[in-house]
Amino acid sequence: MISASQRLWRTSPLTYVALLLAALLSIYPFYYMMVIGSRSLDSINDVPPPLTPGGAFGDNFGRVLDNDAANFLTGMMNSIIVSSVVTLSVVLTGSLAGFAFAKLRFKGSNALLLAIIVTMMIPTQMGLIPLWGMMQDLGWYDTLYAVTVPFLVSAFGVFMMRQYASQAISDELIEAGRVDGASTFRIYWSIVLPALRPAAGVLGLLTFMETWNSFLWPYAILTPENPTLQVSLSFLSYAYYTDYSQVFAATAIGTIPLVLVFLLFGRQIIGGIMEGAVKS
Amino acid sequence: MSLSATTAPPSPAAPPSPDVPSRLRRGRLLNRLDVKYSPYLYIAPFFVIFGAFGLYPMVRTAWMSLHDWDMIGDHSFIGFDNYTRLASDEYFWNALVNTFGIFALSTIPQLLLALFLANLLNRTFLRAKTFFRMAIFMPNVVSVAAVAIVFGMLFQREFGLFNWLLSFVGVDAVDWDGHRWSSWMAISSMVNWRWTGYNTLILLAGMQAIPKDLYEAAAIDGASPWRQFWQITLPMLKPTFIFVVILSTIGGMQLFTEPLLFGNGNIIGGNQREFQTLAMYMYEMGIVNLNTAGYGAAVAWAIFMIIVVVSLFNFLLVRRSAK
Repeated sequence: MISASQRLWRTSPLTYVALLLAALLSIYPFYYMMVIGSRSLDSINDVPPPLTPGGAFGDNFGRVLDNDAANFLTGMMNSIIVSSVVTLSVVLTGSLAGFAFAKLRFKGSNALLLAIIVTMMIPTQMGLIPLWGMMQDLGWYDTLYAVTVPFLVSAFGVFMMRQYASQAISDELIEAGRVDGASTFRIYWSIVLPALRPAAGVLGLLTFMETWNSFLWPYAILTPENPTLQVSLSFLSYAYYTDYSQVFAATAIGTIPLVLVFLLFGRQIIGGIMEGAVKS
Repeated sequence: MSLSATTAPPSPAAPPSPDVPSRLRRGRLLNRLDVKYSPYLYIAPFFVIFGAFGLYPMVRTAWMSLHDWDMIGDHSFIGFDNYTRLASDEYFWNALVNTFGIFALSTIPQLLLALFLANLLNRTFLRAKTFFRMAIFMPNVVSVAAVAIVFGMLFQREFGLFNWLLSFVGVDAVDWDGHRWSSWMAISSMVNWRWTGYNTLILLAGMQAIPKDLYEAAAIDGASPWRQFWQITLPMLKPTFIFVVILSTIGGMQLFTEPLLFGNGNIIGGNQREFQTLAMYMYEMGIVNLNTAGYGAAVAWAIFMIIVVVSLFNFLLVRRSAK
């Protein structure tokens, strides 16, 4: 019987052809980014379009750095700072709240958890206009506070940590901590947080990527003088849309860190996304 | 077993005996406070920050939408005037049509392709599984801005790759950002490229949760793989599919960055608003023109209502058709 079902689901060469094609189409734009980013400007008008990388990447990126209009390095630094702070905070607040929802008993916990899940479904653009006004009132316009503080917590983070904590941490472990006289926070810090590490890692990676890539809000609240990386890229592409090699060199530099992270931790990231899908 | 029952003193009302050292008593009281109230402290950061920067702006959006509101000036209450104005605003309807057009062009092919790829990746004896999964998911790692920049070049009129490829089949160079349909296609292709892999993985996760013995039983009954797909995979995949469709709806109705960068930062999306989406229109009314912030807020609420209605519609559609 097993052989019958195996035969039905045997992989044919066509499967591999289709999958390889999909993989190729997925990867090609990355390659193209490198091709254009490493070509001198005049070779871009060539027909047929250039299909192999050239040797001018350093030169192109040099022009990006000399470009006063883009503030690329400022953007890079800002993105590193904002993404790191947001990631750290989302993981800490998420694991703390997730632990509370999964393992502590308190009045109203179910209703509060439900409230958090509902907020996950709310489209984020809804509050854009008043939030912009609030930032003006707070004096946060064009500062990193504006792109950091509103994102220090995440409903998804709380929910994900809660799911993981309820299956990964046994009640006995926590009770043992109580018997030893540990405070709740001590239990969180020395028992729960270490046990949550795998899920915290995935949450951290996802949060970092999301923050690094976010566009609309930073674009609305930051100026070209003090941008995040993505905002800097957009202004670069507006102002120098004829200088493709410069824009592409900058885009490649802005993308490479995430690709590296993904190549290192892709398996965990994909695992996290697929697990989340089945549970929710 | 309840934690508080085991750790809190059994009878809270009983006064501690006088010979218990006061230090210990205070410790016990602290312990009780800790067990009972510290959980609220742990969940407070979420509610404080979300309340201030998530919930409050949303409520305020509703309030602003009932006003003639200048962000840097005065505002006066006008009731539902902004909404009646919206109903006869041709730019709003134009943005609505564009948003739906791009949404259809990106969601339908994308979900079909994702379904197809997920089914391939679900083969039991597939080699290089991790490689394929990672490769297909990789576009989702790139920022939308970067995707828009790269695709903007691919769709460039004179020397873009797509027009070059089209020239082989005798099609004249297309002015991709000059027409409604062509710009929709270009923008949808960006969305499709970035999200197909993500949806593939979600659908794959759903497929893997289907019990294997269903397929074995069907195979014994002589059902072909194609028939198994229709009669087992698709119906069992319904919850996951609904999840994916709703996620795509929320994203599709808020589409902003791709069309903005495709039009080189022009908030009206093309010379004749060929590809201005609802989110761009909201941005134009609320942020670019600060003196119409109230009207922009009405657009925001309209987007929200549309998301709710379209999600519900899609939900019912998928639930019925996948039976």
